[in-house]
Amino acid sequence: MSTLIKQKTIETLIDLSQKGFESARTQAREAFASQGMPGVKSEEYKFTAITKKLEQRIIDTSLAESFEVSKEMVEAHVFEDFDGDVLVFANGFFQQGVSSSVAGVAVSLLSEKPDTEIGSIAKPEKDPFCAINQASFADGIFIGIPKNTQLEKPILFLNFTKITAGQVVQPRIWIEAGDFVEATFIEQTINLTPTSSFVNKVVEIKGGANTHLHYYRLQNEGTNSLAISNIETDVQKDSTFSSVVISLSGEMLRNNLSQNIVGSNSEANMYGLYLLNGKTHVDNHTNVDHTVPHAESNELYKGILADHSRGVFNGKIFVRQDAQKTNAFQQNNNILLSDGAVINTKPQLEIWADDVKCSHGCTTGQLDEEALFYIQSRGIDKIQAKGLLLYAFAGEVLEHIKNESFKSYCTQLVEDRLGAKF
Amino acid sequence: MLSIKNLHASIEGTPILKGINLEVKAGEVHAIMGPNGSGKSTLASVLAGREEYEVTEGEVIFNGKNLLDFAPEVRAREGVFLAFQYPVEIPGVSSTNFLRTAVNQVREYRGLDALDAVKFLTMMKEKMKLVEIDQKLLSRSLNEGFSGGEKKRNEIFQMAMLDPKLAILDETDSGLDIDALKIVSNGVNQLKTKDNATIMVTHYQRLLDYIVPDFVHVLYNGRIVKSGSKELALELEEKGYDWIKEAADSEVIV
Repeated sequence: MSTLIKQKTIETLIDLSQKGFESARTQAREAFASQGMPGVKSEEYKFTAITKKLEQRIIDTSLAESFEVSKEMVEAHVFEDFDGDVLVFANGFFQQGVSSSVAGVAVSLLSEKPDTEIGSIAKPEKDPFCAINQASFADGIFIGIPKNTQLEKPILFLNFTKITAGQVVQPRIWIEAGDFVEATFIEQTINLTPTSSFVNKVVEIKGGANTHLHYYRLQNEGTNSLAISNIETDVQKDSTFSSVVISLSGEMLRNNLSQNIVGSNSEANMYGLYLLNGKTHVDNHTNVDHTVPHAESNELYKGILADHSRGVFNGKIFVRQDAQKTNAFQQNNNILLSDGAVINTKPQLEIWADDVKCSHGCTTGQLDEEALFYIQSRGIDKIQAKGLLLYAFAGEVLEHIKNESFKSYCTQLVEDRLGAKF
Repeated sequence: MLSIKNLHASIEGTPILKGINLEVKAGEVHAIMGPNGSGKSTLASVLAGREEYEVTEGEVIFNGKNLLDFAPEVRAREGVFLAFQYPVEIPGVSSTNFLRTAVNQVREYRGLDALDAVKFLTMMKEKMKLVEIDQKLLSRSLNEGFSGGEKKRNEIFQMAMLDPKLAILDETDSGLDIDALKIVSNGVNQLKTKDNATIMVTHYQRLLDYIVPDFVHVLYNGRIVKSGSKELALELEEKGYDWIKEAADSEVIV
């Protein structure tokens, strides 16, 4: 019986009626057909039973429609003290009317840029959900940042979702940066309805030489959100790409983040913080592929898990034979606050080059009782002492957010969650 | 100020303290000495409220209140301060923020106004001089990467900031070179008033050359087996602990 339901989900998640990018869609359909929905035995999804979840939650697998977003709604939901340009999306559909026009940057619908090589960076063969998105997204957005453009202010992707009966949202973003570009992107999602939603997102980022990009995400959409994202970038020579993802709530979130280092003297940074409670399930799968010499990658994911929450971390680092003088660092540290919380962590390093510096480590533990007693012995009550220690643990990730207003917004949310106040 | 009566404590079922009696009055300095494993640090920990130790018998009255009823933070607010033998390194917690939170929680409990940033900084600068601690150290994470001497100085600095009634120094002298020992002792001596008291737990007589005790107690096998004036410490330095052990052991047999 379950096979039957599964079959139905597969068929209907792929919406054959969408137009444009025909060859890319065909390629994606084929890529999906050869992978299928990830089952319990799938190596990549073995800790994250997303297929089963979708079968339970997504009653109507059609694409959710766009809806009107007012200026007031935008103003009400943009995080405090944000200073920058806002691009607004309703169920993944770009809302030009209420979005800022970003000076010096070309923002258009993907359908208006039919030559865009979608799927060339985030390849549909690598992940079934990436394939589903490519086969059946309705329209996406194209962001072109010309050579020598340094955006002083960040671009905020403000995503609204409004779902009546468990439909699917499939946003798609293509970012193309020329040489010497500097830009910061921030993602914030607001779930307007308490219904279960499934957001399957793909972001492809094509960098130039000497570009420096920051990509920050806040995942705090409430306990009914099912979301899978595939974010992938090529890091060209002399460039930096830094990602920070802060996950605070959701039912089941899976973040696939891949950086392909294709130019020397470049840097790929990936940071993540997940504070989980209830039955929230967050899975971060990261992938750094060092293909050229003299590049660096830094990765730090930290989690605090309470109640019956579950965290998954899988960090792949490939250092190809040509990638001599690579420095690759990876850390995953977790604090479990309850017996019911679970973390599955798996560092995965594959190194073919011989002159490299690579390190990885993961720790999972409880709060340090000795540190707790030390703080209490100075007159600070136990709850606050705990908060202080947890905040200190989490703060190391927040430090990597370079945009001050977003950092203080996230800091506030984290402090509130941990009960730490100064 | 402090009255310990027949205090028994154990850890994981093993008795460590087996009937401690001790009276400490305001203005006094007491030294607690004894061989390794005699229960000196346990006594310090039990007074500060470390959870691993279970008090099985006896009472500790501090300024009229039953100290054992209180959580560690309440004991601190009541005026008990423990300078740790091994101060804990806490990455990510800035010394300054930590101390400000602590000082203000203690002040609130004592019915005093919270200190604003300026007043706090002024107070900090004044107390820093006591133990010659560098401000740079305090802008770092708490004790992280501090040398042994810096950690011990930081303990006395925290003590100065929190203004306790009873300071318990747990092996504060061990591991210090003579210059650091002088600085730490000097800090402790300057903090001494007729209204507060100090208990020094130490293994070595050396500390007592710099902080002169009014009373010296020898702890052995979980009990105070001998008390005396500072001359007792000199005698211990000269003769070691064996004569006391022998006397105590034979007493138990009798």
